[in-house]
Amino acid sequence: MLGLIGIVLVLSVLAFVAGSLRALTLARAGTGRMLHSRASYHGGFLAIMTAVPALFVLAFWAFGQPMVVEGQVDRLLPPEVQSASALERSVIMGQIKRVSQNLDALSDEEKEAIRSGEKPPVAVLLPKGIPVSGVLGAYTIDAAETYAKLTALAEFWRLAVVLGVAILCFFIGYTRLKPEFRARNHVERAILVFLIVCSTIAILTTVGIVLSMLSESIDFFSRIPPASFFFGTVWDPRFGGVTRAGAEGQFGLIPLLWGTLYISLIAMLVAVPIGLNAAIFLSEYASKRVRFFAKPLLELLAGIPTIVYGFFAIVTVGPVVQAFGAWLLPLFGLEAPTSASSVLTAGIVMGMMIIPFVSSLSDDIINAVPQSLRDGSYGLGATQSETIKRVILPAALPGIVGAILLAVSRAIGETMIVVMAAGVAATISPNPFESMTTITVKIVSQLTGDTEFTSPQTLVAFALGLTLFAVTLVLNVIALQIVRHYREQYE
Amino acid sequence: MSGPSDSERIAISEIVARGIRRRRAAEARFKTYGAIAILIAIAFLLTLFATIFSNGISAFTQTHIRLELALDPALIDPDGTRDPEKLKSGNYRKIIETALFSRLNVDAKSPDARLARLMLSDFSHYELRDRVVGNPDLVGTTESVWLPAHSNIDQYIKGAIKKETPNERRLVKDQQIAWADELAAAGDLKRTFNRYLFTRGASSKPELAGLEVALIGSFWMMLIVLVFAVPIGVSAAVYLEEFAKKNSLNDIIEVNINNLAAVPSIVFGILGLAVFVNTIGLPRSTPVVGGLVLTLMTLPTIIIATRAALKAVPPSIREAALGVGASKMQSIFHHVLPLSAPAVLTGTIIGLAQALGETAPLLIVGLFAFVVQAPATPFDSSSALPVQIYLWATYQERGFVERTSAGIIVLLAFMIGMNLLAIILRSRFERRW
Repeated sequence: MLGLIGIVLVLSVLAFVAGSLRALTLARAGTGRMLHSRASYHGGFLAIMTAVPALFVLAFWAFGQPMVVEGQVDRLLPPEVQSASALERSVIMGQIKRVSQNLDALSDEEKEAIRSGEKPPVAVLLPKGIPVSGVLGAYTIDAAETYAKLTALAEFWRLAVVLGVAILCFFIGYTRLKPEFRARNHVERAILVFLIVCSTIAILTTVGIVLSMLSESIDFFSRIPPASFFFGTVWDPRFGGVTRAGAEGQFGLIPLLWGTLYISLIAMLVAVPIGLNAAIFLSEYASKRVRFFAKPLLELLAGIPTIVYGFFAIVTVGPVVQAFGAWLLPLFGLEAPTSASSVLTAGIVMGMMIIPFVSSLSDDIINAVPQSLRDGSYGLGATQSETIKRVILPAALPGIVGAILLAVSRAIGETMIVVMAAGVAATISPNPFESMTTITVKIVSQLTGDTEFTSPQTLVAFALGLTLFAVTLVLNVIALQIVRHYREQYE
Repeated sequence: MSGPSDSERIAISEIVARGIRRRRAAEARFKTYGAIAILIAIAFLLTLFATIFSNGISAFTQTHIRLELALDPALIDPDGTRDPEKLKSGNYRKIIETALFSRLNVDAKSPDARLARLMLSDFSHYELRDRVVGNPDLVGTTESVWLPAHSNIDQYIKGAIKKETPNERRLVKDQQIAWADELAAAGDLKRTFNRYLFTRGASSKPELAGLEVALIGSFWMMLIVLVFAVPIGVSAAVYLEEFAKKNSLNDIIEVNINNLAAVPSIVFGILGLAVFVNTIGLPRSTPVVGGLVLTLMTLPTIIIATRAALKAVPPSIREAALGVGASKMQSIFHHVLPLSAPAVLTGTIIGLAQALGETAPLLIVGLFAFVVQAPATPFDSSSALPVQIYLWATYQERGFVERTSAGIIVLLAFMIGMNLLAIILRSRFERRW
């Protein structure tokens, strides 16, 4: 496959050279006509003609070949396999494919032993390092041989068709090269199409995000009623007992949502005052020298990977918070915290991470307030702080609200800090020294455990992801709209 | 109407003076709040760096113990063939134990033998094996070899395990401390640069765990991001900034890109798992999947940076090109884009630095595999630098805490280096119009 792509690309380079030379020859031939486009555009046209249709054929082939081959092999399988579930059949087909790639490792006697049912395939194949399971039957060898034969045949035809298309299109293009041929227009149109395709990848990504999570979420909601997901107050997914009846577990979103919002609230309580004050100080008070040093340091906070914050939270902040809780809580007749991971630990560290986010956005927004408002306020005799508090902040308020919303969306979606410092217990409690869990923590733990993609235990991660995406999407869109409106207001 | 009397004037001016004092105090207070906010943020940053460095800097050295090893042919090469394959199954553990017991004057059957064995790393015989297999001529000679010490001994030498702690609560026993001190005094125990940190993969023993696999995995991913995200991102930005007409489709693309830049990274991980692994069928836990996920994440950053760079090029450049007969495409690709290249490069480096430190989406696509062998291609199972740090952070042993911090130092060094490069490029090539 990769080799074939390489061949097509080499052909395309050759076509470029051929096209350029051809154009130069035409120009020198003395027909008295100037070339419409420069020679390299003729070359480029031929290169595109050679490569693009051939690569399209190749892409379709790569997509269609397994379907055709597997369809043919499927017909050979005995009725009991035919009637199995789609999932089982895809597992069997995957193993047949693996066997077909390793047929050389089997001797004829071994093949015969499997074919006659003397030995089960798994007993022969596993010791040879071919990973198969007991679902395979005596049909394996015949199916695998057909699979290998059809694949070899298909690959031969793939080579022939792809190269044929490349060469055919090359000649079609070659005959069109004339001095007056508008090669540049064709090449530029192709480039424009490429640019458009690239810019739609952003849309495709969003569509991909929504579709991938939607289909798995629908699967999830077909087993667990949406009401018990969205309004359930107990999170207890029960790993392990996937297939046992009555072991479905409970998937209540509320405890996770509570943890997420609680931690985000603490993070905002840390980040907003510090970030806003820092932004005001830097944009209105700080001398050039202070700004020169302080601003990059603040931005450095934003550049540090969240995994580093997570480690810092468990090693340094967690023990301090725990010690503080051990002193504070007994004063109110409560039990001292038992672990260093808590809502407060995660919230404080996350707040620190978000400071530069709030401060640099607010800085931009404060700077966008027109100077005339400041001058008017000073003219009325206001001091600098009065100007800031009574004139600039009210004028910048919508923008700052937008910035804070963006910061909230970031806090809700933050993963590594909470994975390391918030804990795993899905509890609803007002006590900030208790360890709680968040949506993102549960996505990580449900998807990094077992890899069976059919159990509700795994599927719930997609429902959680969709919820997370929806919440942050709404926040982002509102925030971006507010910020945009605000900017336009003063432009 | 007469004006205020003198006494009234004095009263008013006093009120005003008091008001001004109050307002000045408020002014000073307000300014102090700002300064305090900055100081808190910087203090936090410094504490963070201090924690990481004080924990991690010691991991760049490691304790080794020198032993005189008699490479007895009877134990490692009974047939005398010097065949590397045969040499692999030699009894190196026995050789090391014999040398160790005689060096420490311990009887192999005494209770101290167990403590003596715990002086060296559990896997130090692999170190010896690789050495002998690499040079079969060594068989039969007596070699003086530095072997890695056990993590606990290493921590004692580094001062993390204290002599003052009572024997029963200490991981390193009195007898071992005596041995270690004696070896150190004789020059047979020393701390050297810890090359294992960079030449080994995952290990359950902290003294032998390294970042090699993680670094190579991250390297593959950065390469993939560079190969895919830069051309696609720049192309998209060129289209949106230079060609796109103001219509609803392009508006949607615009909103979309801004929103994608703010989507939680873990969501990209779920997308990668569902699309690249489950639908397309790329192998899980490999740099190719991680690289593609990071590509999608980095795209918005690059697109936004490139658009800003294109916007900064003045229209006169475009008009001049068009004026001498260039097509629009030529004016952009021959003039505008080269002029904005430094800014595009800066944006790309910053995007790459972000991608390098990203952990959550890589966890979701399974890059947490326990991999010992360095991945030869992007299609082999691998780990990634930040994920390796996360995995080490979940272990309790002191040796792993040290390794975690060292991994973070390496990660931060890369990130700060990349950001500095971006700053230098920007200041050197930035053009003001």
